[in-house]
This record gives sequence, C-alpha cells and structure tokens, in this order.
Amino acid sequence: MRVTVRLFARLRDLAGSGELVRDVEGPATVKTVWDSLVADVPALVEYERTMSVAVNAEYARMAAAVKDGDEVAFLPPVSGG
Amino acid sequence: MPLVAVTAAPLDLQALTAEVARDASGDGAIAAFTGLVRDHNQGRAVKFLEYEAYEPLAVKALERIVNEARAAWPATRLAVHHRIGRLEIGEASVIIVAASPHRGDAFAACRYTIERVKQIVPIWKHEHFDGGEVWLEGATADPDDEEARRAAHRIACA
Repeated sequence: MRVTVRLFARLRDLAGSGELVRDVEGPATVKTVWDSLVADVPALVEYERTMSVAVNAEYARMAAAVKDGDEVAFLPPVSGG
Repeated sequence: MPLVAVTAAPLDLQALTAEVARDASGDGAIAAFTGLVRDHNQGRAVKFLEYEAYEPLAVKALERIVNEARAAWPATRLAVHHRIGRLEIGEASVIIVAASPHRGDAFAACRYTIERVKQIVPIWKHEHFDGGEVWLEGATADPDDEEARRAAHRIACA
C-alpha cells in the first residue's frame, strides 16, 4: 500500500523533502512507516522519542493503523507563539 | 473574519478585536495578547524568523484550545490568529483576544491560550541569526497530556 509522508521543520531538512510517497507492506502502523523512513534516512532516529505523529491531520500514536492513501505526518517538538 | 486562523498575511489586532467585540454588550473586559519577533534569543542576534506550520492540524489544535478555554471560563469568547512565513523583527507572530464579563477571566483565557499554543500547535520557528540558522524545538506536542494542560491552566490563574 501507498502512503504520503509529511515532514516538518528539521525533519524535512534531514530528509531533504517535506512530502514523500512511500510503499509499505500492510497491515501497517505509523511505526511501520517511520521504520521504513529511518532505514533510508538514519539521522531521523534522534527524533523518535521527542516527535509527535499525525494521521490524516489528526494527532495519533505510533501504534495507530495506517491505510492505503493515508497521510502520515512526523512532527518535531513545536515552537510556535 | 474567522476567530481561528493560520495565515501568511500580517495580523490585524484591531480587526480581530472588533470581531470578538461584536456581541460584547454583556462583557466588562477585552484582554489581548500579541507575540512579537524579538531581535535576540539565547545570546544570538536574530535577523528574522521563518514560521512553518502543518496548517490543517494547526487550525484544529487552535480550535481545540479555544474550546478548552471556553470550558474553563464559560462566559469568555476567544479568538486567535497565528502568522506563518517570514517575519521581521518587531512583527506580530500571534494575536489573541478574549472578551468576558470579568477582566480576570479575560486575562486568564489569553494567558492560557498562548501557553497551550506553545504546547500543542504544530508550528515551528526557523531562526536566522548572525552567523547561522537553527530550528527551534520546544514541547513535544501531545494534546492528551493532562499534566501539560493543567500546567497551562495554573500559569493562567497565577
């Protein structure tokens, strides 16, 4: 199945792109998508414990299920205001 | 004008205040907060900031904060606009307006909102300073973290 990955701020810089299309084996979770991403961009792993994740623009957990066509976002610690 | 927005356009506190004040006949106070881009941060001379957002989720997070504030201070009406893109020193990055029958609630709702913005809204500052640039990273965003929410409420009521 195919998902769209969104990366922001320093995660985007590390990956070199803010939007990637990834193929992952189903059934998949957010963690499946993250692990496949980290395999390609090992530097991302430093964010594993501090980032937040979202599925289809709703906050989610790493264990959340991901379906074909979903948008999965990885968000470093926020700094708005 | 929407009460909640993430926008690349300059923020207009006067217009947002007018929007919140439209049904203000029962109100005794309007409190406003404006966040500004500062020329220094952690010993660095800041040249400008670039703000980036995950916009659809940022809007939802702002709406969630407004609902939380309404639950905490029921008679209060609240609006919050956050700017994104390149901002120069002295420009407003966020504006918050709270109207309430009583000043205490208006001040508290304003303070609560900015504390929660810094906790759970997916927006990031890219700081350009003399000698380099850096992504600022604050809180791990978790809207369900009750401890963080209570901390924001404590600060608001201090």
